Order: sequence, then structure tokens, then C-alpha cells
Amino acid sequence: MTTREIAGKEIEFDEEGFMTNPEDWDKDVAVALAADINITLSERHWEIIEFSREDYQAQGEAPGLRRITKEAGVPTKDLYKLFPKGPAKKIAYVSGLGKPTGCI
Amino acid sequence: MFEEQNDRKLCIICSKGTLDMAYPGMVLANAALMEGIDASIFFTFWGLDMITDKKMDHLKCTPLGNPSMAMPNGMGIPNFMAMLPGMTDFATSMMKKEMEKLDFPPPREYLQTIADAGGKLYACKMTADMMKLTEDDLFEEVEGIVGAMEFLEIADGAQVIFV
Repeated sequence: MTTREIAGKEIEFDEEGFMTNPEDWDKDVAVALAADINITLSERHWEIIEFSREDYQAQGEAPGLRRITKEAGVPTKDLYKLFPKGPAKKIAYVSGLGKPTGCI
Repeated sequence: MFEEQNDRKLCIICSKGTLDMAYPGMVLANAALMEGIDASIFFTFWGLDMITDKKMDHLKCTPLGNPSMAMPNGMGIPNFMAMLPGMTDFATSMMKKEMEKLDFPPPREYLQTIADAGGKLYACKMTADMMKLTEDDLFEEVEGIVGAMEFLEIADGAQVIFV
């Protein structure tokens, strides 16, 4: 467990670098976390992040990519363009959620 | 801090044409891509059915000779019953329902997702020759028909998994 200062807040992360407390997340935190992994958030990124946050509230875990493509209607190709090299983890990271555990 | 996967590379060889054995390779390739690992699949022998346009939507699984396969109530299916007409179709539809419940897509859709995610699909040349198939007979996302040596070149530096 480590604590880092992100967007003026003390945020706690697990060993793999995911936020341990999704409630500490806000939009400024998301912008800073995205910058960490060299992503500048656009409207389309926000759509995915907001869906993931809502889905987490409903399901209790970070959504896998299949849920995002099916429920939020974002095509697979777009997910990989917006969050290149490992979209599943990157989306969860920027959304302040734990590592997604689903296989799909 | 969160780190992305850098140079990892996965090559999967799919050699089976049954519905049940089509999934392990697809699940792994897709999971690798979701995680940022480069993935390609080489389809050989019966695995070629997974990317043969006319067959890929009709893969079946059979309980015959498979002691692991049980009914939803946990009862095994004895071989003498598994060989009865209709049992393969029965087992297949059962498996399709289970995959749907878990939200795993059928092979064509799954392979499309893998291709959209940047995964590469290759058909084995020897098998294609044996089954008299050309690229026109294959799923449109297949990169090409390649020989074993070329596949080994593609697999250079990769972790290789044989299914």
C-alpha cells in the first residue's frame, strides 16, 4: 500500500497501483491519473469512465471490456485506441477502481 | 505506480475443433490483449474449423469419451448414452447456454473482438492444403495462411501455448 498526493488529495493505492478507495476519486484525480499513463482525457474517455464508475456502483467491481462494449456501446477498436495497450486495466486505473477480475 | 505490460508477447496454437476446446485459446488471447500483451493465434488441424467460415458457427462439443462432462445436476454422462443420436447436439446446446450465461460470445464474435483488439489470426498452411481450403474459405479477419516456419518466426520471443 502506498499513498501519493494526486490533485491535492492524499490517495491510497494497492501494490499494483490501483486506488484502494474509489470514494476518494473525483474528476481532477482522473485527469491526474490519466496523465500518469500519458492519456489526455477527451469526451469519449469520460463516457467510458462515467460508465465504469456507475457500473462499479451497481456491480461492486470494475467492468470488463465486454461489459463496456455491450452496455456503454463503445466498439472494441475504440477502446483500444482511447486506452492503448491494456485498456481493461487502464480504464479501471483512471476510474479509480480496483483491478478488473473478470476474464472478458 | 501502475505499470503497463511492455514487451510481453503471447502465441497460442489452437488445434481442436470442438466448441469446448475453442474457448481456452480465445479467452487467453483476448485476456492478453485486454492486459496490453501482444497476442496471435495459429490455427492448425481441427483448430482450423474455428476460422473456417462455413464451420465456425457450428462447432460442437461431445460428451463421448469425456468423463468431465456432466449434466447441470452434476451427474456424469456414461459413454453408452453419449453415443446415442442427438447427444452431441444436446451437449452442444447445453454448453452454448452456459457460455451465454457467463456472457462469453460465440466463436465468430469472440474472434472478431480479438481481431479488433489487434490480435492476429493465422491459418496453418499444411492443414489448409490438406482440407483444400484457401483464404476465401476463411473468416475475413484471418491475416493469412502461413507455414510452420513462418509461424515460428512470428512467435519469436513469445510465450507459446498449445491448446
